[in-house]
Amino acid sequence: MSKDLDKLVIQTRRDILRMVHGVNSGHPGGSLGCVEFFVTLYNQIMEHGPNEDSKDMFILSNGHISPVYYSTLARAGYFETKELNTFRKINSRLQGHPTNHDNLPGVNISSGSLGQGLSVGIGVALSKKLNNDSSLVYVLTGDGELQEGQNWEAFMFASANKVDNIIVTIDLNGQQIDGSTEDVLDIGNLKLKLESFNWEVLEIENGNSLKDVHKTLSKAKTNSMRGRPIAILMKTIMGNGVDFMMYTHKWHGVAPNDEQLKEALNQNPETLGDY
Amino acid sequence: MKEFINQGDKDTRSGFGEALTELGRNNSDVVALCADLTGSLKMNTFADENPGRFFQVGIAEANMMGLAAGLATGGKIPYTGTFANFSTGRVYDQIRQSIAYSNKNVKICASHAGITLGEDGATHQILEDIGLMKMLPGMTVINTCDFNQTKSATLEICNFDGPVYLRFGRPKVANFTNSSDKFQIGKGLMLNEGNDVTIVATGHLVWEAIKAAEKLEKNGINVEIINIHTIKPLDEDLILNSVNKTGCIVSAEEHNIFGGLGESIARLLTSKAPFPQEFIGTNDTFGESGTPIELMNKYGLNMSSIYDAVIKVINRKVK
Repeated sequence: MSKDLDKLVIQTRRDILRMVHGVNSGHPGGSLGCVEFFVTLYNQIMEHGPNEDSKDMFILSNGHISPVYYSTLARAGYFETKELNTFRKINSRLQGHPTNHDNLPGVNISSGSLGQGLSVGIGVALSKKLNNDSSLVYVLTGDGELQEGQNWEAFMFASANKVDNIIVTIDLNGQQIDGSTEDVLDIGNLKLKLESFNWEVLEIENGNSLKDVHKTLSKAKTNSMRGRPIAILMKTIMGNGVDFMMYTHKWHGVAPNDEQLKEALNQNPETLGDY
Repeated sequence: MKEFINQGDKDTRSGFGEALTELGRNNSDVVALCADLTGSLKMNTFADENPGRFFQVGIAEANMMGLAAGLATGGKIPYTGTFANFSTGRVYDQIRQSIAYSNKNVKICASHAGITLGEDGATHQILEDIGLMKMLPGMTVINTCDFNQTKSATLEICNFDGPVYLRFGRPKVANFTNSSDKFQIGKGLMLNEGNDVTIVATGHLVWEAIKAAEKLEKNGINVEIINIHTIKPLDEDLILNSVNKTGCIVSAEEHNIFGGLGESIARLLTSKAPFPQEFIGTNDTFGESGTPIELMNKYGLNMSSIYDAVIKVINRKVK
């Protein structure tokens, strides 16, 4: 399994790079940083599928990392991988930022304008409780987007109402458009902040390690339904897997040119077949 | 002209509250959310009877809209309740992205709309909400005129799959529609047939339109009165049929004339039947503190303003 997932990680990176290069736009940095998270979540953690009724649900709050989301959904069978070729093009279901507006399977809500996914995820979690449905809700947010106040309304609500069927992962890549999160608007000690909001907080030191991500997501799953919402602080490297894209915010919203794409793909040779 | 009887002054928000209570008893999918205004919105009975389906979100309207979108994603029918200002302008982007663009079955129920909120003043008196909401693709916009209509609208929107903005008010006003009237989204009501002028009114201005018509009738002017409760989608056929007969129109609403019902009608007339129109509404201004009646009089949202507008528009008819 692990070997196959390694291959899927490489192939997902290739999808991301080719998608953004194909339209010379999109957000490769954050997408590459979250590949291991998506691969683990959709292949080892969530119970899900295009045709299942009762299932775990994923809400992406930082919608700009749509390339990794679309690649994951396509390779999990929600739609054909060849549709990835329509990313950001006219008449496509694969909009720049993800939406359910055009009935793309696997996407349950629109996101892009930041800071809204957490509230939505909590709402889904409430509906599951009302339905006596024991499946879970998973949310991914960025770290920069926690500067949006709505998140803190939602953090406060979830713990006060003991919404314990939700696992929120925060992608701590430390970068946002104008620079490092520390420089732009320091989020401070997130662990202490969330603990003071009465959330259980887990940490992933290396969010680009399949093993570490799996270990902590599994633990979160085990610890769910115990009266407290769970947050996972996941440290990742933006642009992970392409050496010249790593450790910088430069590739937040810039696509590689032809030469850069070639180099990036050379570093990630085809494994499961390009779309 | 037809006689309209006030069955006794009642607030429209109580119509909302009564209907929500009924929905709570009859439909287990209905859930309600409120941002610290349960009493004002008359949601107490629903909350007491359905503690598991009522969510007190605190003073956090943005989160409330997101929660509602999530609850709808999970198959529930959420009704959100707060003042109109905090139901729209404060949370416009949340509604736009998480509800409208995402096509979520959320019922945004807004009390204390318009200037008749009264003494609290302009910070709480939104006169721009119809415009904000009607511009959102896929959003149904309803503004009810009395207790009975608010109650039946609250019940009916539950049967409609899609986002709805339901706008009502604070003060006690004439309750004159029939409680047995079936509420049909998108269908205006012909209250009185006439030949000389069409008055199209919504919300609290419908009763003022009736009173103006009674006075006009005494002076020999025969008025057709249409109650438009659904501003979007607009009942275009009803309005066009009427204006093709009367040749002129007055729109009346407790809202800025920029972006309200009147503008929707003007767009319809300019493209399909270019007859003269006069607008009753506030004119690009904020409100202020005062009693509802004082404010309606000061800002020209009353029967005498409608009366004057009718005289003016009749004089503008192409001879």
